Amino acid sequence: MSAEASPPGRPPGRVAILGAIRRHLRRGALPEDQAAMLRARLAAHPRHLIPARSRLSRAGQVALFIANVEKEFGSVARLADARAVPGAIADYLAQQNLPSEIVMAPHPELREIPWAERPLLKLRAGRAEASDLVSLQQGFAAIAETGTLMLPAAPERPTTVNLLADTALVLLRASRIVGAYEEAWDLLRAERRDPLTGGFMPRNVMLVTGPSRSADIEQTLELGAHGPRRLHILLLDDDEAARATPESVPK
Amino acid sequence: MLSTSPAFKENAHKAIADVGLQKALTRTKPHFQGRRAKAVEALPEFERLREIGRDIKNHTLANLDFYLETWAGNVERAGGQVHWCATADDARAAVLGICERVGAKTVTKGKSMISEELGINEHLEQHGITPVETDLGEYILQLRREPPSHIIAPAFHLNREDWEESFRRAHTDLPADRVFRERRDILTEARAKLRARFLAADVGITGANFLIAETGSSVIVTNEGNGDLTQTLPRVHIVLASIEKMVPTLEDATNMLRLLARSATGQDFSVYTTFSTGVRREGDLDGPEEYHVILLDNGRSAMLGTEFQDMLRCIRCAACMNHCPVYGVVGGHAYGWVYPGPMGAVLTPTLIGIDQAGNLPNASTFCGKCESVCPVKIPLPKMMRHWREREFERHLTPGAVRTNLALWGFVARRPGLYRLATRIGAGVLGWLGRRRGRLSRFPFAGGWTAGRDLPTPEGETFFARYASEQRGKRGRA
Ligand code: SF4
Repeated sequence: MSAEASPPGRPPGRVAILGAIRRHLRRGALPEDQAAMLRARLAAHPRHLIPARSRLSRAGQVALFIANVEKEFGSVARLADARAVPGAIADYLAQQNLPSEIVMAPHPELREIPWAERPLLKLRAGRAEASDLVSLQQGFAAIAETGTLMLPAAPERPTTVNLLADTALVLLRASRIVGAYEEAWDLLRAERRDPLTGGFMPRNVMLVTGPSRSADIEQTLELGAHGPRRLHILLLDDDEAARATPESVPK
Repeated sequence: MLSTSPAFKENAHKAIADVGLQKALTRTKPHFQGRRAKAVEALPEFERLREIGRDIKNHTLANLDFYLETWAGNVERAGGQVHWCATADDARAAVLGICERVGAKTVTKGKSMISEELGINEHLEQHGITPVETDLGEYILQLRREPPSHIIAPAFHLNREDWEESFRRAHTDLPADRVFRERRDILTEARAKLRARFLAADVGITGANFLIAETGSSVIVTNEGNGDLTQTLPRVHIVLASIEKMVPTLEDATNMLRLLARSATGQDFSVYTTFSTGVRREGDLDGPEEYHVILLDNGRSAMLGTEFQDMLRCIRCAACMNHCPVYGVVGGHAYGWVYPGPMGAVLTPTLIGIDQAGNLPNASTFCGKCESVCPVKIPLPKMMRHWREREFERHLTPGAVRTNLALWGFVARRPGLYRLATRIGAGVLGWLGRRRGRLSRFPFAGGWTAGRDLPTPEGETFFARYASEQRGKRGRA
């Protein structure tokens, strides 16, 4: 399956590169006991130092997440439950002077929202196209440490929905906010099976922190480069513990 | 990319006389240094994360063959293909082969330094395929047919007038008398122009910040989202990655990512950090149907087991050039090839030869700032000294330099003597230039002072003065 770049007279690329590495490391292929140790390290995938900043109560982690999203020019609306979503979206779009046509990821959690209560919102489920102005994605998890969304690709969570619209809306459950990236990886490891590899890693995982931006013109920050100019998170308060008063959050 | 590294001295002279470049340098330096300092200050664990980052990379390099094979197996399991390319020629041929097989007319590109190293754009153009750079900075450089001058801010050397002028010249379908009121108008025009390109492209080429053995993934880090559009919309995704991008696990990659954005732009995390693993899965509504990784060696394996092995830890964050007093005066183009600044001064001679790039390791004041900010603790000054010694041994150095270098080496190897010598030197110079704070002539350095005045050290050594300036800056921030 592996394509080898091998002009005549030279060993195939794979052999050449691995051979050169071993020659310069002054050894042959690793002996079996050492290879077994490395395989064990891969299987255990040990965590390294995790910064203390996200070691907070549930309420503290949610507050830290929100503070970090806002620091990175995103916005968050906290909602009591899914019934509040259509109204919150309609209000946000009106406030920003945006049309009420939305491309929505075909995710069950999004389909189950009682959209009929806001008949003026026009929704289309599917992948996004370049002409879409507003998109709605389902958030798999989020990381308080830096205000980052984890959006793994799946049939019900297309990647184009993260990228093509000018305004990106994301529905996220508070119970899915974790402290550090490592905890989000663990959720993915535990909950996802890939149909092709049998592992957990999907084709694409995007970690998204705020709206798209560029500082290429005179090192001056401008929002809305090639991706969304606005990132607005609809946060469902489904976590009892997260509704308590948080400890003060370091800015 | 053709190198002008042998002409570093002349390049540097030109750079110092370039008014636009000097304006850009003055604007950029406080931006990068200040933001990094703030981000690092906000993370008390940063120093420890650097040590861990260094150790992860050392572990990976010591077992690189094992991790490459493991990674390649996982890429293939996810429906991807690995193209093992020992040389730049092999890599160019592999990229062109894929593009021709799928009948590609246009190819969109995310930012990749490997692409610059390989000269992919020129190669594709020669074969009738149109490459389109989509990173905003790379896009304007492509319009102007200029090489990047920085590894993460490729067009930092351009000023707003340059952008407007290039856009008017290139986008002739738009009204010639349109007004760019703000920088935002420039961005909006580029976004609209590139949208059409993203949609039309047959192949998308990106670089990779990391490869992950555990999952067979490649990782890109961007703020614009151009890399993601490049790899999501076309039917074929090609990743250009060199062998040292490897890390074993997601946890290892996570540690490196905590270092990368903070060291590069001073962000806690970049906007888009994206992990790609193979081809579109059944039922997926988007994503590429083919996923190829061009795995490039091009001289890197030969650095293993040598005094330059540590350089393979580099994660291309640009902190070393952002803090380098030499880069801060001459910019990136003077270095004459793909990789500028301290990391380039070490890497370029290994990749294109000391006979081509022998001048670069001399482009240093040995102030040590680069090593002190490097997120993976690469001893850059020490490696520049290794190159100087090698060059010295090969007698490539002109006679006068050789004598001075031998003397300098004698003093430098004796730290007490070195400190004494610099203190005396600083005192003497301070006295000489006292009247106007600048020296327009300096014994033995006519070439340097002809282009600029040498600021006099005001009676302190560089280290002492730098430390107090840094304290002052932090106070103001
Ligand atoms: S040498 Fe260090 S500081 Fe310079 S680009 Fe590489 S990792 Fe960054």
